[in-house]
Amino acid sequence: MDIHEYQAKDLLTRFGVQVPRGGIAYSPEQAVYRASELSGDKWVVKAQIHSGARGKAGGVRICSSEEEVSDAATWMLGRKLVTHQTGPQGKLVSRLYVEEATSIAQEIYLGFVMDRKLERVVVVASAQGGMEIEEISEQEPESIIRSVVDPAVGMQAFQAREIAFSLGLEPPLIAQAVKTIMGCYRLMAEMDANMVEVNPMVVTQAGEIVALDAKVSFDDNALFRRPEIAELRDKSQEDTRETYAEDRGLSYIGLDGEIGCIVNGAGLAMATLDMIKMSGGEPANFLDVGGGASPERVLKSFKAVLNDPNVEAILVNIFAGINRCDWIAEGVVLAMKELDLTLPVVVRLSGTNVEEGRKVLDDSGLPVITADTLAEAADSVVGAWKDAKFKEAS
Amino acid sequence: MAILIDSETKVLVTGFTGRIGSFHAQDMINHGTNVVGGVTPGKGGTTHLGLPVFNTVKGAVAETGADLVISFVPPPFAADSIMEAADAGIRTCVCIADGIPAADMIRVKRYMRRYKAEKRMRLIGPNCAGIITPGQAFAGLMPPHIYEPGRIGIVGRSGTLGYEAASQMKSKGIGVSSSIGIGGDPINGSSFRDILELFEADPETDAVVMVGEIGGPQEAEAAEYIRDHMTKPVAAYVAGLSAPKGRRMGHAGAIVSAFGESAQEKVEILKGSGVTIVPTPSSFGETVARMMA
Repeated sequence: MDIHEYQAKDLLTRFGVQVPRGGIAYSPEQAVYRASELSGDKWVVKAQIHSGARGKAGGVRICSSEEEVSDAATWMLGRKLVTHQTGPQGKLVSRLYVEEATSIAQEIYLGFVMDRKLERVVVVASAQGGMEIEEISEQEPESIIRSVVDPAVGMQAFQAREIAFSLGLEPPLIAQAVKTIMGCYRLMAEMDANMVEVNPMVVTQAGEIVALDAKVSFDDNALFRRPEIAELRDKSQEDTRETYAEDRGLSYIGLDGEIGCIVNGAGLAMATLDMIKMSGGEPANFLDVGGGASPERVLKSFKAVLNDPNVEAILVNIFAGINRCDWIAEGVVLAMKELDLTLPVVVRLSGTNVEEGRKVLDDSGLPVITADTLAEAADSVVGAWKDAKFKEAS
Repeated sequence: MAILIDSETKVLVTGFTGRIGSFHAQDMINHGTNVVGGVTPGKGGTTHLGLPVFNTVKGAVAETGADLVISFVPPPFAADSIMEAADAGIRTCVCIADGIPAADMIRVKRYMRRYKAEKRMRLIGPNCAGIITPGQAFAGLMPPHIYEPGRIGIVGRSGTLGYEAASQMKSKGIGVSSSIGIGGDPINGSSFRDILELFEADPETDAVVMVGEIGGPQEAEAAEYIRDHMTKPVAAYVAGLSAPKGRRMGHAGAIVSAFGESAQEKVEILKGSGVTIVPTPSSFGETVARMMA
């Protein structure tokens, strides 16, 4: 789960990391009020969206008057910002963060990630901050400093000190840098974050170290024990189709095609999307219905798939182990009746109680297209979708 | 035996008396698995499904000589159950739980290193469908009838996609020596490479089918091992060709976040190591048949 910059900074402060003073605003008037509250003569208005690279999209503006603050806020609020991380549909700006401007002497990159190969937390730092880490590793690979944390004892001060000296910081700054690095690590470890990125961490002209930007993302599997973090979720930053499905306990990812998918198991679901593509169609979604799915859960899945207006055909692909094909079939029948479906529905059942499941579909008298294998199912759904489209067009 | 489990393996079920643990334990017993008992703290001394219940894994091992644990303990407590099994001298632990925090898994992996390599427990999973040696025994959630006993090993992240592979092979008359689900989490107990090593050394396995997916470095690591050390043929499919970058596709570990983690890149890496690529998820059967011809 991602959170906003202002939320990340608030958390970092609690772990002793220094950040510029600032406040949240939901309207141009509030933004101006925040600026006047901060006093000074230069402010930064920052769009709060779950994406980096906001500056290039116009989401970060330096302002020297209250009028400029108001103009920047008016421009940003309600706008969908498109960055290379948001996808073409962009992310809606509904909150702003107004911050005192910082006079920068040096920009540093500081990141904490879970390294899947080492199975440990790895700290990555570079004196070439301000750029994205991908750019740094391409352009200045020798500037990258890495340090691996032993999970038995956690990060030690000497490791933070080594990083600080390797960054070439002057001796008077070392203690503050160590405090910042250790603070970020503690946030990661104590709040179950899986990524903390401070880019840039800056040395100000006044000789202080502050986190100028911050990006933190949390392990979804640990949210059950971090209720305070779970509350930071901002649904306005999510795909509405995914929010709808997630609120109903379904594992769903929205995609751009026309063929809706209901599958059991994440791997089989991914493979089903691949198969649809190979058959000449485009999948509209990933949906894992899970194990032991009841007819009601199947109905719910149909509703989630159909919540996407682009869906023009549906493929149900089940290889039942702990599922039961008869329950799935009952769910398909229930959905087709209750939702009055007219679009093509292809069902492929295999595994536990497959005979009973097929019988349920046959006895229903509904125009369900059945398939025995995955290839057949993908071919039929793409074929049925094209036929339906052709009929509509003629 | 093929690998990790056979009809002699003494299986202990943790989370034994819960709804899910009971259901699958019964299924395992019905299919010939040598389940010797279970563990549910506080219910020690009672019997369940006609088998003894123990309070601790150590207690159960002392009484039954169990050598394999299958854990149905829910995600918040699963890491603890794995460490308990490791400390009780269990050889293999299969963990089913989907949703263990990554930080807990990091701790588990670190904890297991306190035992010398030869005494260290082998962890399979978490977030997996389990392991099966067809015709002998299984520890997991799979429907055993879809596997034909035979001489091809299967190792995969996904449960249901592994079923797909096994049943396609069965329809071509190709049998399975053992099928191992290593699970869909970013930090897991055994990697593709770990299981390939076991199949390479197993006299009852002639070739291996690998079912990979997007995310993480393990397929690339496996490719290196296959290229340098493996004498048996390997066929592989990598799921997620159509997955967008940066999106988590159901499994906690199925996310393309670095170079070499997309399905296309993994396929290229595996191909370069001499692996036979299964081009579509519906051609496991024919690809393996052709490879073995």
